[in-house]
Amino acid sequence: MGVGITVEHLNAFYGKTQALFDVNITVLANHATALIGPSGCGKTTFIRCLNRLHETIPEARVEGKVNIGDLSVYNGTSATQLRRRVGMVFQKPNPFPTMSIYDNVAAGLKLNGFSNRKQLDEVVEKSLNNAALWDEVKDSLHKQSGAGLSGGQQQRLCIARALAVQPEVLLMDEPCSALDPISTGKIEELIFQLKEQYTIVIVTHNMQQAARVAEFTGFFLLGKMIEFDRTEKIFTNPSDKRTEDYVTGRFG
Amino acid sequence: MNNNTAAVLVPQINVPPISLRRRVVDHAMTGIAALTVVVVLVPLFAIFAYLVYKGIGSINIAFLTQTPKPVGEAGGGMANAIVGSMVILAIASLLGVPLGIGAGIFLSEYGRNRYGDIVRFISDVLNGVPSIVVGIVAYGLVVLPQKHFSALAGGVALAIMMIPTIARTTEQMLLLVPQAIREAAYGLGVSRWRTTLSITLRTATSGVITGVMLAFARVAGETAPLLFTAFGNQYWNWKTDQPTAALSLQIFTYAISPFDEWHRQAWAGALVLIVLIVAAVAAVRIAVKHGTLAGA
Repeated sequence: MGVGITVEHLNAFYGKTQALFDVNITVLANHATALIGPSGCGKTTFIRCLNRLHETIPEARVEGKVNIGDLSVYNGTSATQLRRRVGMVFQKPNPFPTMSIYDNVAAGLKLNGFSNRKQLDEVVEKSLNNAALWDEVKDSLHKQSGAGLSGGQQQRLCIARALAVQPEVLLMDEPCSALDPISTGKIEELIFQLKEQYTIVIVTHNMQQAARVAEFTGFFLLGKMIEFDRTEKIFTNPSDKRTEDYVTGRFG
Repeated sequence: MNNNTAAVLVPQINVPPISLRRRVVDHAMTGIAALTVVVVLVPLFAIFAYLVYKGIGSINIAFLTQTPKPVGEAGGGMANAIVGSMVILAIASLLGVPLGIGAGIFLSEYGRNRYGDIVRFISDVLNGVPSIVVGIVAYGLVVLPQKHFSALAGGVALAIMMIPTIARTTEQMLLLVPQAIREAAYGLGVSRWRTTLSITLRTATSGVITGVMLAFARVAGETAPLLFTAFGNQYWNWKTDQPTAALSLQIFTYAISPFDEWHRQAWAGALVLIVLIVAAVAAVRIAVKHGTLAGA
C-alpha cells in the first residue's frame, strides 16, 4: 500500500546556489501527483529530496522536514533504508548494462542480501508483469542484457526494477521524455494501474500527460511551489496568474 | 503540374562536384592512416618472427622439462625458470591487482579532492621510477629482513610496478561509468560501497581487466627488478622464500655468456616467455568475452 508524503519548509541548495525555496506540500496516498513547470524550476531537485538522492551530489544540502508515511526522512532514517521504501524511475532509462534482464529486476533485492531463488523468480515475474514487459522478455530473461532492449522497454524494465523492492512510493522523473508516443501510452496506462498500490509523484514537461494521469498537480517556478491543487482546478481555473500563463502556454 | 509541385517542395540546391583536391587529400589521409598501422605492427611481427627463427630450433622436451646443465655440458633446459616466472608473476598479481584496483576505486569514487590529487601525482611518479630502483626497494623491504633472495621479493618488486598502471586505468574506467548507473543503485536502497563493488566496478570490468593485463604484460618481461630480489636459481625450488629462477633472468645470464649453446637457449627462452604472455592475455580475454551477455 502507498503512504502519504508531507513536506514542510523544504529548502535545497547546490553549494551556495539555492534551488528550492520553502516548499510545502501534502501528497495523498495511492494517488498520482504531477509536478509541472519550466526547465530548471526545481521539479527534479524536489523529488530527489524525497529519497535523499539530492545529497549524493557534492556540496548539495537540504533543509526542512519531509515525512513519508511514518518515516521522518531527514531525522533518524538512514538513506538506504528510506530508498528501499521510495522507488525511483529516472528521466533516461538506466538499466545495469552488464546484467541480464532478470538480474536487473532482481538487483535491488539481491544487492540487499536477499537470495531465495524461488521467491526471486516470483518477484521478477510479478514485477515485469506489473511493468507490462513480461510477455516481451520472458524468453530472454537470462540471455539478454538489459541494455540490449529498446528505449521504451528499458524504461519499463527500470520501472519493474523499482517495483521489485516493493516500495510504498514511486518517484518518476520525466519517465517518458525519451520515449515514443506508443511507449509513452503504455507507461501512462501503467501509472494508472500502479496508483492502486503505490503513491506516485511524477515530474513531467507534458501538461497533457499531467492532466491524463494525475489527480493532483503542483506548479513550480524558479524553485518555488506556486500552486498545488486538484489537477482540473490547475488546468481550468488556477488561482495564480503565473500558473494560468504557464498552462495556457503564454510562457515556459 | 505535378512535376512542378515537386520542384517547389524540394528546393534546388546545386551540389558542386567533389573537387580533385578533396579526393586527393581523402585518399592521402586514408593512406597515411594505413601506413601508421603498418609502422606499428612491423616491429612487433619482426621481433616475433626473429624469435621464432632463432629460438624454435632449441625448444624440445628437454628444454621444457629439465633444469640447466653445468657450464660445458650440452642440453638441459629452463623448466625451473618457466615455473619460477609463473610463481613470481602469480605473487605479483595477487599483491598488485587488488591493491591497484583498490587504489583506482579510491581515486574514482572518493578521491575527487586534494588528497586524491596527491595520490594521483604520487602514482604517476611511481609509474616513472626506473625498474631497477624498484628492485632496490624490494631488496630493502623483503630481502634484507628475510636475509634471503626469494620469489616473494621478486613478486613484491613486480607488484610495486603493477600498482600505478592498474590504479590509473581502473580510475579512468570507473569514471566512464555514468553517474545515472550509480544513482539507479542508490535509488534501490543499495549502500554506497555495495554500489561501487557490485554495480560500478562490474560495469567497468572489461576496461579494468584491460588495465590489469597491460600491467601484467609489462612486468612479465622485466629483468632488472628481479636481479637482486628473485636472484635466479640453477635448480628446482618450490619455496617462495628461496632464490627462484625466472625466464627473464635466465635469458639475461645466458645472453651475456660466451657460449653458443647458451645463446641458442636464451633465444628459446625469449620465445617461450613471449608465448606465455600472449597465452595468458588471450586466455583472460576469452574468459571475459565468454561471460558477456548479448547486447551488453
